[in-house]
Amino acid sequence: MAAVGERSAREPSPLVSAKALVKRFGEFEAVRGIDVEVVKGEAFGFLGPNGAGKSSAMRMVGCVSPRSDGDLRVLDMDPQVDGPSIRARLGVVPQEDNLDTELSIRQNLQVYGRYFGLSRAHVRAKATELMEFAQLTERADDEVDTLSGGMKRRLTIARSLVNDPDLLLLDEPTTGLDPQARHLLWDRLFRLKQLGVTLLITTHYMDEAEQLCDRLVIMDNGRIVAEGSPPELIACYSSREVLELRFAPGESGDVASTVDGLADRVEVLPDRVLLYTENGEAALSATHARGVRPLSCLVRRSTLEDVFLRLTGRTLVD
Amino acid sequence: MAANTEITGAARSRAATLRILPPGLYAGRASKVLERSLLVSKKMWLVFLSGIVEPAVYLLAFQIGFGRLVTEVVGPGGEVMSYAAFVAPALMMASAMNGAVYDATFNVFFKIRHARTYEGMLATPVGPVDIAMGEISWSMLRGGLYAVAFLAIMTLLGLSGSPWVVLLVPVALLVAFTFAALGMACVTFIRTVSQFDYIQLAVMPLFLFSATFYPLSVYPEPLRPVVQLSPLYHGIELARELSVGVVEPAMLGHVGYLAALAALGLWVTSRRLAGLLLR
Repeated sequence: MAAVGERSAREPSPLVSAKALVKRFGEFEAVRGIDVEVVKGEAFGFLGPNGAGKSSAMRMVGCVSPRSDGDLRVLDMDPQVDGPSIRARLGVVPQEDNLDTELSIRQNLQVYGRYFGLSRAHVRAKATELMEFAQLTERADDEVDTLSGGMKRRLTIARSLVNDPDLLLLDEPTTGLDPQARHLLWDRLFRLKQLGVTLLITTHYMDEAEQLCDRLVIMDNGRIVAEGSPPELIACYSSREVLELRFAPGESGDVASTVDGLADRVEVLPDRVLLYTENGEAALSATHARGVRPLSCLVRRSTLEDVFLRLTGRTLVD
Repeated sequence: MAANTEITGAARSRAATLRILPPGLYAGRASKVLERSLLVSKKMWLVFLSGIVEPAVYLLAFQIGFGRLVTEVVGPGGEVMSYAAFVAPALMMASAMNGAVYDATFNVFFKIRHARTYEGMLATPVGPVDIAMGEISWSMLRGGLYAVAFLAIMTLLGLSGSPWVVLLVPVALLVAFTFAALGMACVTFIRTVSQFDYIQLAVMPLFLFSATFYPLSVYPEPLRPVVQLSPLYHGIELARELSVGVVEPAMLGHVGYLAALAALGLWVTSRRLAGLLLR
């Protein structure tokens, strides 16, 4: 016990700490030994293609899925033993909305607060405050089914905040939303971050990860393949800029040998050639000099998407 | 490091002793689950009305129809009573059963398979045992409500002779709780709507052959133990005896049987919900 006290005096213990965490469903290994630490106040992302094990990891952290192997501490407790105490301090936004369709919007928030053991007076005030936050005040007494997808999402996020959680788990929070709705949601999540709420987000949207996450891991096939902040990952696994040369289908292959040596890395796709380089404009002039005549060309900054595709491949995962 | 291992060891042995219901499945929030049902029920008064009408129609049929053909039967304690008064407590228990089973199956199925209501609850401190207890309690209240309405109709028709009939209410609640627990346990195994026919297939003979319309002594000797397996039979025996003020030690057996099945249903439901939703 003394050791534990000493540690907490030195540095705050992480909100989530996983070591060699494994999740198996029968023979299938969804999560194959991951190490993760999430500290207070940060926005941490699980990035990965479908089936990478993000949601399984998230469900274990959310104490609704027992781990198969390894160690997991959430809020310094063991999910297997203290599930209810941990969940009392979590906010959860699931991948698919599971709002209570038999209740109104206001009732959804109030009843959910009651599951946390909060008083009637408290949840009444909290519901009003959260509807304001989610811009749903005018719909307070409407049925859930009358809401648009974006509104339902906002209500789900509002609901997850009813207990003022220490840690908010968001499983693909903006999947299926139109750009307006996504930006509004990001705005709300950013505000929460400013308020000091720790966020744990899974996503396969790179822009979402770049917008929201201070630090992230890229998962593929149940394993973590890279870890860092978005700029660190870009610096480490991609280049500063990317030159994209577009060709008629089938012609790109011939160009590959011509542009050899003009960039740190060259990727040949059926219709494009990508040159990863520190200076896109310089590379563009060099390719022109070598007589390459693409249909169109584009110099852009490297993004997390480049990192992601490099690490998890371009093959479609179903 | 040594201290750490010790803690893990302690947690393991604690987990082992609670193997029957693993830790973390109960948070003492069943009443909050029940609260939700009460809130939803405010919109469903029409459903309640329909649930009350059915047994009342039965009762009228017996009072007007059968009652003319079969005027008197020997009831519990050897007392001669009108046939309608003999059947009424049994129908009251049947209405408690129907109300509870209906709620614990159709509504729960919808919440498990379609609405994901329980998944939302499980993200809060609420655990599967809380859900099972809350939902079964609600089904019990619904069955109990049907039974109370039935009792009122019985009284209006002059079929509740003794003041003892107020004791039929707790019996109806016990019957409703047992059937709600068993019904909810069954529904966790159901995958499609068409499989509800199996539940109907079980409920119908229970209704007809639980000594509802004639005493157990009418059945041939070898069949009697089969009838006695029916939980409804035990509820009906309790209700029928209490309706004429007969109290005997054998009643404890009826109560025990119903309580044991209720506990089994609650246990199976909790385990199944955990298995389905906490994977």
